[in-house]
Amino acid sequence: MARASTGDHVQQLRMSVFRGDASEGEMITYDVPVREGMVVLDAVLWVQANLAPDLAVRWNCKAAKCGSCSAEINGFPRLMCKSPVSDYGAELSVRPMRTFPIIRDLVTDVSWNYEVNKRIPKFTPSEKDAFDPQPWRMQQEDVDRITEFRKCIECFLCQDVCHVLRDHDRKDAFFGPRFMIRIAGLEMHPKDSLDRRPLLKNEAGVGMCNITKCCTEVCPEHIHITDNGIIPLKERVADLYFDPVRALGRRLRGGGREPDRGRSR
Amino acid sequence: MAEAPRETVETDVLVIGAGGAGMRGAVAAALSGARVTVICKSLLGKAHTVMAEGGMAAALGNVAHLDSWEAHFADTMKGGKLINNWRMAEIHAKEAPERVLELERWGAVFDRTRDGLIHQRPFGAHTYPRLAHIGDRTGLELIRSLQDVLVHTPAVDVHMEVTVASLLTSDGRVAGALAYARADGRLILYRARAILLATGGAGKIYRITSNSWESTGDGTGLAYEAGAQLQDMEFVQFHPTGMVWPPGVRGILVTEGVRGEGGLLRNKEGDRFMEKYDPERMELSARDVVARAINSEVLAGRGSPHGGAFLDITHRSPDFIKSKLPSMYEQFLKLAKVDITKEPMEVAPTIHYYMGGVRVDAETGATNVSGLFAAGEVASGLHGANRLGGNSLSDLLVFGKRAGEAAGAFAGAHGGSAPIDSRQLEQATERLLAPLRRPHGDSPYRLMSELQEVCTKYAPIIREEKGLREGLEKVLELGGRAQLCGTGGPNGRAFNPGWHTAQDLHGMLINAEALFRSAIERKESRGAHARSDYPRLDARWAELNLITEKTPDGMAVRAVENKPLPYELTEVISQSFKRYTPEEIS
Ligand code: SF4
Ligand code: SF4
Ligand code: FES
Repeated sequence: MARASTGDHVQQLRMSVFRGDASEGEMITYDVPVREGMVVLDAVLWVQANLAPDLAVRWNCKAAKCGSCSAEINGFPRLMCKSPVSDYGAELSVRPMRTFPIIRDLVTDVSWNYEVNKRIPKFTPSEKDAFDPQPWRMQQEDVDRITEFRKCIECFLCQDVCHVLRDHDRKDAFFGPRFMIRIAGLEMHPKDSLDRRPLLKNEAGVGMCNITKCCTEVCPEHIHITDNGIIPLKERVADLYFDPVRALGRRLRGGGREPDRGRSR
Repeated sequence: MAEAPRETVETDVLVIGAGGAGMRGAVAAALSGARVTVICKSLLGKAHTVMAEGGMAAALGNVAHLDSWEAHFADTMKGGKLINNWRMAEIHAKEAPERVLELERWGAVFDRTRDGLIHQRPFGAHTYPRLAHIGDRTGLELIRSLQDVLVHTPAVDVHMEVTVASLLTSDGRVAGALAYARADGRLILYRARAILLATGGAGKIYRITSNSWESTGDGTGLAYEAGAQLQDMEFVQFHPTGMVWPPGVRGILVTEGVRGEGGLLRNKEGDRFMEKYDPERMELSARDVVARAINSEVLAGRGSPHGGAFLDITHRSPDFIKSKLPSMYEQFLKLAKVDITKEPMEVAPTIHYYMGGVRVDAETGATNVSGLFAAGEVASGLHGANRLGGNSLSDLLVFGKRAGEAAGAFAGAHGGSAPIDSRQLEQATERLLAPLRRPHGDSPYRLMSELQEVCTKYAPIIREEKGLREGLEKVLELGGRAQLCGTGGPNGRAFNPGWHTAQDLHGMLINAEALFRSAIERKESRGAHARSDYPRLDARWAELNLITEKTPDGMAVRAVENKPLPYELTEVISQSFKRYTPEEIS
């Protein structure tokens, strides 16, 4: 099968695509003429325009910038617009993301992610910063630390691949890697004043992650989700709850209580 | 008998579109006390705004202390060849810095200067380094920051993957909108006191475009049908640098940031050809100038192997390139197998932006239809005949806020929404569902593709009368066929892209017709509108804008005089531009 990305081009591609909805469906095979530089999304759109006008698929930018065209190509979660067909050879299969309910064909219901996002308290500067009449000053290195997290295009491929959500369906207990780095981007923002560690420990379920790093592997933006996001967050949470020296320090300062979600640091 | 809509949603302000202008407008309307419903064709956060790369133009003066609103205003007017709505250009230049700083306080993160202020990068035809930016994904940053505010604003509801088919009016006032949900095809009637259009442009009427599938000109189409005036529809911007090779990626944007960071344009002989076209500003000349220059080089046989020019940044260090232009590096490596730290890119013009759109009041974004507002790319006026890079992101914030506030105030001043005209609603429903009843109608995909061919062929970078007339004929003929088109296949209502495409065609055809009609009328070359049969600026046309409107006899285009610049602003321009060339003044 695989005549991989050696530069020689197959003329015809046999592509099987999942067709169906939540209740039933099957893989249907289409023959697609290959053009140089064609990506899997091109092939899917070619099928849509020529063979199956009602083939449902999400896409917007076709430039790997919007994160709409996530699917599982030969079983691997990928952006279709960033996957040259020449990487696969003469045959490939395209299925919808498995972790989310299917709406139709390649389109899944990702609304759960949007609900999760609403539960994360927004960026909140301190009162002093908020009313500071002078423009804010921040250093480039502080910015650099969080821009990685803010590169996320919400393709939800990491959510798709994370076994906590995929295999154990613990959407009730874990926000998933995408929202771990969302929180990381807020927590490490030099001007943010909230403490989201109680949220992380409880509702967001950072403890559910056992650092398999599958999320990092699939991230099309190459965000180091685990190393730079989740692990530091776990450490912060551990610091808060389990570090006896810190706990003592808090008691000496008269704190002692678990801080409420969203309370000022 | 058409079926009645299944669901009715009541709201004070309906915002159509959730890119930068729509989200900023929704937040503004909510802050003014209105209940707001935002509807978007895609999922939230996927709007075309995310593709804006270079940055947001605002005269903060962080890098060049001499910068001022006056200089920004003058650059914008000069870029737009003076037919901009000067009041919009003035408001934009004055308010952009405030909007950028506000966005930062909402959590947006920008690259910094050594003093820790927002860094600003140089960009085409901006006199000073002026673009606040974060790497080359500033649009995404803007969207995420606004999204964070939006979803935490209790008065705002967001309905994702909903498409509006028609606006409904009553006695010249907007009353609501008929829409359908993509997922299951159910119909929704929105009743609103005010409506803000923030639907973006119509770049999809061309084959080679940097635009996403959503840019089908819905807002201009909806507004036109509802009786609103369109303006400047002949001005469509070709971005000078789109990807050329391989064919699958043709048209994808190569940010102007590459040139902002020092990228050089060369022809196949290795010459920096911009010397011939704009020796002063070279690669950082205005977009229309650079796009035509590349076009001319290709026509003269000096193009790159695939019909473009070379864009070279290899003289910068790999680290610099990867940190300043990370997504360009990635895009070329992945999609074209070109390492831009080692080899030049091949680039050619690609359709990028609609300067034309709905004619609006500068202060409020109000259209001539009572209760209907517009902001962002769907509105026209700010950019005149040619938009400067970086001016669109700031446009979204400045005018999104103003139009959102005005829509909120309008809703506050009107106790309820206007009554729904049941006959109008029935007709709209009928048109929306008709393709589902035509199993053997033309394929909407084929019609769309033919339309794209027509626009690409007959309204190219350099236009002429004969081609434009031929193009118009063909668009009208396609319009006739589209009236009878089906879905191309199965007629299910649930997520059926064939049906969606049939709807999108409707707006695209209105945009294409307006483009050809206006382009025929403007018998001169100005900014993005270049004609081989009228190759020069014509001073008489500097005072005229072309208005497109619906009449009982179909689409009509007429010229109206624009408001003359007040004396102080004329002064601002001449003060600021000692280097003004005679061509630019005329
Ligand atoms: S590292 Fe954690 S979040 Fe990422 S996939 Fe594994 S369990 Fe899921
Ligand atoms: S973190 Fe990466 S994989 Fe996850 S949603 Fe964002 S871009 Fe996609
Ligand atoms: S279509 Fe936008 S990421 Fe693929």
